[in-house]
Amino acid sequence: MGIKIALAGNPNSGKTTLFNGLTGSNQFVGNWPGVTVEKKEGRLKSNKEVVIMDLPGIYSLSPYTLEEVVARNYLITERPDAILNIVDGTNLERNLYLTTQLMELGIPVVMAVNMMDVVKKSGDAIDTRKLGEKLGCAVVAISALKGEGIEEAAGKAVQAAQSRQAVMPVHEFSREVEACLDEIETMLSGDIPEEQKRFYAVKLFERDDKIAEQMKHVPDISSIIEKAEKDMDDDSESIITNERYDYITSIIGESLTKANKAKLSTSDKIDRVVTNRWLALPIFAIVMWLVYYVSVSTVGTWATDWANDGVFGEGWKLFGMVDVPGIPVIVENGLNAINCAPWLQSLILDGIIAGVGAVLGFVPQMLVLFIFLAFLEACGYMARVAFIMDRIFRKFGLSGKSFIPMLIGTGCGVPGIMASRTIENDRDRKMTIMTTTFIPCGAKLPIIALIAGALFGGASWVAPSAYFVGIAAIICSGIILKKTKMFAGDPAPFVMELPAYHMPTVGNVLRSMWERGWSFIKKAGTIILLSTIFIWFTSSFGFVDGHFGMVDDLSDGLLASIGRGLAWLFVPLGWGDWKSAVAAITGLVAKENVVGTFGILYGFAEVAEDGAEVWGTLAASMTAVAAYSFLVFNLLCAPCFAAMGAIKREMNNARWFWFAIGYQTLLAYAVSLCVFQFGSLFTGGGFGIGTGAAVIVLIGFLYLLFRPYKESASRKVNVSSVNARRAKA
Amino acid sequence: MRTLKSVGCNQKVSVVKLHGEGATKRRIMDMGITKGTEVFVRKVAPLGDPVEVTVRGYELSLRKADAEMIEVI
Repeated sequence: MGIKIALAGNPNSGKTTLFNGLTGSNQFVGNWPGVTVEKKEGRLKSNKEVVIMDLPGIYSLSPYTLEEVVARNYLITERPDAILNIVDGTNLERNLYLTTQLMELGIPVVMAVNMMDVVKKSGDAIDTRKLGEKLGCAVVAISALKGEGIEEAAGKAVQAAQSRQAVMPVHEFSREVEACLDEIETMLSGDIPEEQKRFYAVKLFERDDKIAEQMKHVPDISSIIEKAEKDMDDDSESIITNERYDYITSIIGESLTKANKAKLSTSDKIDRVVTNRWLALPIFAIVMWLVYYVSVSTVGTWATDWANDGVFGEGWKLFGMVDVPGIPVIVENGLNAINCAPWLQSLILDGIIAGVGAVLGFVPQMLVLFIFLAFLEACGYMARVAFIMDRIFRKFGLSGKSFIPMLIGTGCGVPGIMASRTIENDRDRKMTIMTTTFIPCGAKLPIIALIAGALFGGASWVAPSAYFVGIAAIICSGIILKKTKMFAGDPAPFVMELPAYHMPTVGNVLRSMWERGWSFIKKAGTIILLSTIFIWFTSSFGFVDGHFGMVDDLSDGLLASIGRGLAWLFVPLGWGDWKSAVAAITGLVAKENVVGTFGILYGFAEVAEDGAEVWGTLAASMTAVAAYSFLVFNLLCAPCFAAMGAIKREMNNARWFWFAIGYQTLLAYAVSLCVFQFGSLFTGGGFGIGTGAAVIVLIGFLYLLFRPYKESASRKVNVSSVNARRAKA
Repeated sequence: MRTLKSVGCNQKVSVVKLHGEGATKRRIMDMGITKGTEVFVRKVAPLGDPVEVTVRGYELSLRKADAEMIEVI
């Protein structure tokens, strides 16, 4: 019979380090059903019978944040055999607050007081025996980073789980509150076990609707609550919170002896400089430049070039001397050797390897970036980024941490989207995922060069204007989306802990890097693989002289037929030519394909990166305004399959994924329409139906942008949908 | 009524009461700002908002709009 132990604790308490230390490589990483909260499970290294469930890092069991709802639903419905509660010894008071809530669940709790080495070094002392006595649980002093005491803590938790003893909380509130809770407990129906009565009584007293919904029989206690609220001049939820902290304050003096607190800690000294009023922004700029310089422009580019042109290209040189052929070359030789059918060879080489290779080529660069992100998060600087940038970003419904995904997005949208995982707040994260790819990424630069060169004589304003369009799209989208129903509600309270700085371990940084990279690779194997096969199939098969079969010329393929079928859609945008439609579709595999497709369709076998060969033909077939509209559409519309895969991965929800893609494409269409129609009007075109449509679109857009908007007081709506989804799952 | 928003840097105050309701209030209290707690205002972010305070021995950042809900003396 297996034992289930839940690992619970505050964020920044060293929970991940402890989890890694206890489970080693026996981990399974996934998501909680229907939500973007990460779920981790592992088996104890020393005893494979024991499953450790890593709950999200939480401060409380309140019904207001996604993480807290996920964690407490797990604790209430799954009822693990024991809870291992990790507590930061350097920050005891606030960490014990969660402990008082865990103790009420009736599940045996073992407390692991972490960072004991730091506590000792600072001259403080924690009396673990006393602490255990006052909270009613076994207490073990540990240092997760050094691996000290963690086996003992796990052992105690296993013991507690095996004893299967129901536990009753020992902490007490003030006499008035206790009287209320006792009264509520007597009114609870008999199906609630004795040891859980306290929990339900407290939750009912707090008016926690989520818990009431899960109960079969809810007694009417409104008169008890109202009386207590009147007597204590506060709402019942706040009364309980006050009581918990009052209890902790009353016991902390006996369990914790503080050394003289006159001198500043190292962390304080670092923070004095790093978030200094004048130095904070320059330091932030330097850190961001460094991250960008290494992971996007230097090491990142080498890594991507090596992967794309070497491993998934013609080949590369090991140590600059030994020739290593690329995967396509090896596979092609192999297929030739076994006389593979040409269509199958084409599927494998031009479809699967080319498509998936284009996506996997980004992996080395992503891994480089993820090392930086993991380091910035673990050392504590990421919280300061949010602190410094919050003021700007919150105006558009984004988080201060949205800056990093967007900066990375200028290199490649895929790691940019994946970087959004550092944003804790669900709403901010979704908003960031939806808007990050509006920033022109590296692969969109050839399109910009093509349009600038072909129709604007290489004018220097075209490229900056593309970035301007991207930034404007992000800002406007933020404002519009935060007023929609999907994002309705308060901006989450920005009440954030600024954890002490510390040096992360190499192991933790590498593990975090690999977890993120691997989850992307898995995606490349599914959705991206299918999408690239579809594009390959439609571009290499078609009807020629009434026969269906493989075609040599892209313009005979099914994709061209699709392009011809869809071209009318783009007439109002000024580029209703099927060739442009096909180019835009092939851009979904990788944006730089747009240039290559124009090359093929205009009859050039090979074109330069900026497509200089087709400039003349393109200029003849499009007006300047239409070309700019085409550019804008390609910048804003659904990104490449790789980025879509990343969006799917991070949203972890089909509805949100399609909402994001749909919104991006719709916005692209609306903006391009306005660009072309108003552009034509001002360059001498007449006022037609299209212009009228553009005026209506513009008015609608301005309405969405400026419509009055009141932030609602409660965010309960969001969380209840999670419960509904969980119930279904 | 004096609120945490109006407290200058490097000043220590004591919490009297929390106004408002719902998620934000609960969150602020969950983080340890309850009646009678001492709060030390450490610094203001470079762009003027949010502020960083020391409470119960750790560093917390909160927006001025939220700090306005906290009555202090």
